[in-house]
Amino acid sequence: MQFLYLSTLILLVVSFLTNKKKTQKAIKIAYKKFTKILPAFLTMLIFISIVLFLVPQELILKVLGGSNKYLGTFFASVLGSLTLMPGFIAFPLAGILRQQGIPYMVLSAFTSTLMLVGILTFPIEKKFLGSKVTIIRNAIFFVISLIVSVVIGILFGEIGI
Amino acid sequence: MKIRNILYLIFLIFLVTSYLFHWESGEKITANFITFALSMIKIVPVVFILIGLFEVWVKREIIEKHLGEDSSWLAFLWAILLSGTTIGGLYVAFPIAAVLHSKGAKLSVVFTYVGASAVCRIPMAVFEATFLGIKFTIIRLLVSLPLIILSSVIMGKILTKQKFVIKGE
Repeated sequence: MQFLYLSTLILLVVSFLTNKKKTQKAIKIAYKKFTKILPAFLTMLIFISIVLFLVPQELILKVLGGSNKYLGTFFASVLGSLTLMPGFIAFPLAGILRQQGIPYMVLSAFTSTLMLVGILTFPIEKKFLGSKVTIIRNAIFFVISLIVSVVIGILFGEIGI
Repeated sequence: MKIRNILYLIFLIFLVTSYLFHWESGEKITANFITFALSMIKIVPVVFILIGLFEVWVKREIIEKHLGEDSSWLAFLWAILLSGTTIGGLYVAFPIAAVLHSKGAKLSVVFTYVGASAVCRIPMAVFEATFLGIKFTIIRLLVSLPLIILSSVIMGKILTKQKFVIKGE
């Protein structure tokens, strides 16, 4: 994180020393783009804070911990698509789940959809891609997440073929 | 007043009342909201400054040559390498994808960047490997990346024909 701040600062200073006008223009562009997308961010934040309240970690543990691994994989991918959480919450949670003996394919379905499919990020994605392409992209990436889970299941010996 | 603003107002009133009356559920939602807002405030404004600098300094020809319609397969490698350094999540990747596209990067490369930035941000992959093992992370990357590239190429082909553009802001 500090690296990001530091490099941005250095770039800004260098840019300013090279061309004051261009730098001012860059800041203006940044400000304009930022304020334009801000409402979508706010909407997303409100969604996230409510959904994460409705889907607490205990519920995730319970749902994914079911005995059937295929059903577990399905629920995991639905939960992963619905929720959005930063890596520092998601992976330790996956670690706990693993210790409880939950198959890798279920964990993969959860983490992959968490990263690739975003129902909560829809307000933001729509601003850039439009509704139609956003839906198509999420659908395709959902399928990719499932394929990854199946391969993980096979390679970890959880699916016999 | 816009519907959106009314929703914000309702949410704000909800937060304040649950704080005043110590309503547990409301307080939990507030805590969630603050956690996520803070983690985004730390990243997003900086990313937009970088996007602004990118827009004024990077020449269109450079992006067109390396990531544009006539670029080689290397374009996909650049997209994946760039995604490895991306932080945050998809919400950061979309503004970056938009600015790349507006500078002439082709759609298939832009979609590859978006997908790859979801699955192979380096700090995240390292973190994942510590909790789920390196084998898990490697399989996940090796399976998802080719699929992401393949689907991005198909999506790019179809959408380019339809003259689809990513909206700038």
